Amino acid sequence: MAANTNFEKYKSDGSLAGNVLEWVDARFPATAMWKGHLSEYYAPKNFNFWYFFGSLALLVLVIQIVTGIFLVMHYKPDASLNAAGIPVAFASVEYIMRDVPWGWLVRYMHSTGASAFFIVVYLHMFRGLLYGSYRQPRELIWVFGVLIFLMLMAEAFFGYLLPWGQMSFWGAQVIVNLFGAIPLIGEPLSIWVRGDFVIGDATLNRFFSFHVIAIPLVLIGLVAAHILALHEVGSNNPDGVEIKKHKDEKGIPLDGIPFHPYYTVKDIVGVVVFLMVFSLVLFFAPEGGGYFLEYNNFFPADPLKTPPHIAPVWYFTPYYSVLRAMVWNFFGLDAKFWGVVGMGASVVVFAFLPWLDRSPVKSIRYRGPIFKSFLTIFVICFFILGYLGTQPPSFWGEKISQVCTVLYFAFFLLMPWYSKIDKYKPEPERVTWK
Amino acid sequence: MKTMRNLKSLFAALLLAPTLALASGAALHLDKAPDVSGDKAALQNGAKLFVNYCLNCHGASALRYNKLMDLGLTEQQIKDNLMFNAEKIGQQMTVSINPAEAKKWFGVTPPDLSLVARARASADGSGADWLYTYLRSFYKDPARPTGWNNVIFPNVGMPHILFELQGEQALNAEHHLELATPGKLSTAEYDKQVADLVGFLVWMGEPQAGLRKQIGIAVLVFLSILFVLAYALKKEYWKDIH
Repeated sequence: MAANTNFEKYKSDGSLAGNVLEWVDARFPATAMWKGHLSEYYAPKNFNFWYFFGSLALLVLVIQIVTGIFLVMHYKPDASLNAAGIPVAFASVEYIMRDVPWGWLVRYMHSTGASAFFIVVYLHMFRGLLYGSYRQPRELIWVFGVLIFLMLMAEAFFGYLLPWGQMSFWGAQVIVNLFGAIPLIGEPLSIWVRGDFVIGDATLNRFFSFHVIAIPLVLIGLVAAHILALHEVGSNNPDGVEIKKHKDEKGIPLDGIPFHPYYTVKDIVGVVVFLMVFSLVLFFAPEGGGYFLEYNNFFPADPLKTPPHIAPVWYFTPYYSVLRAMVWNFFGLDAKFWGVVGMGASVVVFAFLPWLDRSPVKSIRYRGPIFKSFLTIFVICFFILGYLGTQPPSFWGEKISQVCTVLYFAFFLLMPWYSKIDKYKPEPERVTWK
Repeated sequence: MKTMRNLKSLFAALLLAPTLALASGAALHLDKAPDVSGDKAALQNGAKLFVNYCLNCHGASALRYNKLMDLGLTEQQIKDNLMFNAEKIGQQMTVSINPAEAKKWFGVTPPDLSLVARARASADGSGADWLYTYLRSFYKDPARPTGWNNVIFPNVGMPHILFELQGEQALNAEHHLELATPGKLSTAEYDKQVADLVGFLVWMGEPQAGLRKQIGIAVLVFLSILFVLAYALKKEYWKDIH
């Protein structure tokens, strides 16, 4: 971290607190980190609405970790049946909901937090698309971000099995079976993942382990890398111009303001508004209309009863639609295999954006009609794919999802071409403000 | 900035689209269950019906007897009137029927009903609507081993437990339900009993739902005040930024 060397160590003013801080500072970069990341980290002053979602994602991460710690104290990853014939894992969730003091609140915070995490992260990613935040020199921030998104999907997938309801069970069954589509190693691989021939107690326990230890560790590491990389190069802004090009005699960007206190007080407003929306769902509609907590998941997992319609949770449905859109066998390989490839590619392709975009400007404010059209079509397709993923397969659903899948990938793969030929408005030298 | 506004309205339209499409795709016609959630007498009656008619075969293992005190009953009232196969007030409402025996009789083990009102919700209606319609849709069907069938749950394993109250329904030529033999109650009285029972099942699915909403209002009031303070703080700091 370059921040260490850029700041003077703290010199005590003779007070007790001052002496303590001087002692710490001689041994640990406390003042340097405070200044480097907060009080002397200069962020562009023209952040708008879209710039709330980074700090909100961090807030939701904290909510999920803290509520998760308390849930683990009472949750039991056990697929065996209790005396009443209910799986122990399923019953332990209801125990938390009813018998653990405030357990219902903690559990609803966690279940609502899962959906909130994806809403916030999708909006955060969309901000990146709007203002070209992935462009040079922020490629690594973006790549770390895509890895965070991948880990988040893994975290959500593993966590969704734990309540051991019908959708938990059959959703995991469908997704793990996808590994079976990989040629040669598919079958043994899916058995290895499950630890059994069917989703069972072994699967539940390993998913629990991944959900509470492995993935959160990686996630926190990646979030730290994401923020360190951001603070190394500095934040982008809605104009997409570099504020570091114009500095005063002390080397402070003219359009920059210290993150603390200016953006801390601004983000607190964002946090309060977010918490109001979050509370509206948590306290008045915790099931989120069957999208945040699927109704079928209130039935305990039953390996002998396949639900007529298995739909993943809403945040996976766009990718699930891409998976189902692939219905052709290529090169002697099963359509299901290509579906898995398509689904994986539709997430991983985000990581290549910094090198696909050839436009001379970053922000949508100065981009031309071609990019705006492609982005609009991409967003519409993302929503249509998401909707179709919640629905049972149908003839027209399949055709529409195929068209949308093509347009989804066209946004990325044609970008080197259309971002070059598009018309642009000249970027301003300094950020525009008010 | 115009692009921004267009994008925002586009988002709004797209968010609404699925709800419209879902509403048009309804498969089951469900009757709206009366809301008795605020009516303690109705919920107590529902508890009585549940214990007398359902708890012989269906457990409610997530619920403890003493939780019924939330419905305004005293410990003694619960012990005297509602506890038939349990000794301690903190015990769960489980069944004495042997699951293997039950499976032999009905073809399936009668499911635990703790969460049935939440699990039966769908795009067609709430779980209460489903249960309210279901319990009023049994009809005589000699083709079934139990002699009973159900319009919204075809080939259901459960016989019509409440038939002595409702009477016997039959399917007429247009596949509509008709009351063939009247029971102890009139149709209106029977519907009221079912509404109370369904109200109890809904309460049982999430006994803390009422508390949850009360706390929610307090939390929102607190956050509204916090918003005013946070916004004023932001304004104060940002007035130096030009």
